Amino acid sequence: MLGQRNDNNPSLELVCPAGTPAALKAAAEAGAHSIYCGLRNETNARNFPGLNFSEKELNAGVRLAHKHGSHVLVAVNTFARAGDTHIWKRAVDAVSASGADAIIAADIAVLDYAQEKHPNLRLHLSVQAAAATPESISFYQDTFGVQRVVLPRVMSVEEIVKLNKEVTVETEVFVFGGLCVMTEGRCALSSYATGKSPNLTGVCSPPGDVSYDEDGSNLYARLGGFTIDGFGEGETAGYPTLCKGRFKAEGETSYLFEDPVSLNAASLLPRLQKAGVTAVKIEGRQRGKAYISQVVKAFRAAVDAMDAGGNAEEEVSAMLSAMTEGGRETTGAYKKIWR
Amino acid sequence: MSKIELSIGPNFFNWSNEKLVDFYARVADEAPVERVYIGEVICGKRMPFNDKVWPEIYERLTNAGKTVVFSTIALPVTMRDRKSINALSADCELVEANDIASVHKRSGEPFVGGPFLNIYNEQTAKVLINLGMETFCPPVELPIKSVEAIAQALPDLTIELFAFGRLPLAVSGRCYHARAHKLHKDNCQFICDRDLDGMDVTTLDDQKFLAANGIQTLSHSVQAITLGRDELLTKGVGRLRLSPHDIDMIAIAEIYRDLVDGKIESAEAVARLQTQQLPGALANGYVTGKPGHLWEAD
Repeated sequence: MLGQRNDNNPSLELVCPAGTPAALKAAAEAGAHSIYCGLRNETNARNFPGLNFSEKELNAGVRLAHKHGSHVLVAVNTFARAGDTHIWKRAVDAVSASGADAIIAADIAVLDYAQEKHPNLRLHLSVQAAAATPESISFYQDTFGVQRVVLPRVMSVEEIVKLNKEVTVETEVFVFGGLCVMTEGRCALSSYATGKSPNLTGVCSPPGDVSYDEDGSNLYARLGGFTIDGFGEGETAGYPTLCKGRFKAEGETSYLFEDPVSLNAASLLPRLQKAGVTAVKIEGRQRGKAYISQVVKAFRAAVDAMDAGGNAEEEVSAMLSAMTEGGRETTGAYKKIWR
Repeated sequence: MSKIELSIGPNFFNWSNEKLVDFYARVADEAPVERVYIGEVICGKRMPFNDKVWPEIYERLTNAGKTVVFSTIALPVTMRDRKSINALSADCELVEANDIASVHKRSGEPFVGGPFLNIYNEQTAKVLINLGMETFCPPVELPIKSVEAIAQALPDLTIELFAFGRLPLAVSGRCYHARAHKLHKDNCQFICDRDLDGMDVTTLDDQKFLAANGIQTLSHSVQAITLGRDELLTKGVGRLRLSPHDIDMIAIAEIYRDLVDGKIESAEAVARLQTQQLPGALANGYVTGKPGHLWEAD
């Protein structure tokens, strides 16, 4: 059963992404304790073309994962559109029918429906609900029986320690992959530029609104017509994710919100475990199976090394050094200096 | 004939106590609005300063016959933030919840669901009505079509649209004022007090794009919902919210008063808004589900 790792021993549960059935298989084979995925529609926050699961694929995926001893957590974590809530209810029914181990939700409408219609389905509160204090977490626990909360990526390790002393639900934190700089579920930057956002449509800075325009020797990466970054000759052009762009403020040009970095809190795994965190999560449902396999193996080795009294940091950095070369990383808000 | 009310929303910016007291005194004396939201909603670090003037401002506004609502902080993190939410939610007659913690602490007493809460559909609104929500200010990106669907399903709920001001688009753990000035949040020197309407953020090729206000990111443009009185009533809107800026907010309130009283049409409201010293261009794209920065008249 989910969560029991923490009751009986302090091992961290490793929660890994799967955007496709192939990635789910790769994650299960690589040793993921839990795998999260979503249905192929706007009910999940990675609503990109070519990603996610049909109901039939979900059913098969759950069977396959269970065979490998992995749990499946299904994200129905966007906010239901007014007048169309039946689409989200149908998704909850499908998750329940699939035999998945838990549903990850953010919208009160979805939580309410799941609790009422499927009282035995385990509820995890999505990071999109941005519940960061004991009071907000208690609301979801008392009102809907939520058993685990995925914490917003705005908290420091010290704050997570304090929080875990004050709440009785399990907590799950992101440790690797994409990094939201803004509080998840509280950001409309993408819809301001494009009309589409995580909360409205399950996407952020969508590819359909991206253009790369040459101007002399410069290349501009634009989103919804706004220049998010510019690259001179010889510079590698990056994807224009809105909050990772270069902007001007106070007469200076900088990555005002965040540098184009990704999160790697592998070095903090022991501290997170000590902080009472139940599960650590890897971002990346948009990633291919080779990437998933490599990252999951690395983190599983780290968690196992910790269980055996070894050094998690050395394990992870040795295994991930090859794949993160060139890319820049941060431990994000976990270290207070980030703010 | 139904009347559409007006409100002044909570001030987002780090204004001095003197400026806050002056601003709300003018609102009390001159603004043709029924309701005023007060309190610090963006940064708990500002609270030890402006906490001192809210009681005086509350009294001034109440004496002037305004309905005064205390707005709670949008992203509580520290013990101070949490205590402030708990105290306001437990003690005040009227409270705007901007984080679900406040709903929890309200324990069924009436509250306003603020624009920082994620209420995107009628089912979520219904659950919150059962917990005490009387008024609902939708998230700014919610199209009017969705607002209308919620209003139709829940006719007793007062819907208050964010009708004027820079759009509150995001909050973060990180302070962008501090970052832009090469400081850290813990030692920010309260540098956000320099920008009374937020710090302009432009693109590399000088497009006006966003505005930073401490941990908050706003639009550079100024939202202006100028639907006419009848259209607002048809869509179930009961109140328009005007978000404070360092401009002549009394003049802004007068324009909206005339609009919602049916004295002027939308076009005239727009023309009059454009004569004001606004911090950015007008925008209303979100109303129709388009990118929020667009202005439909273009």
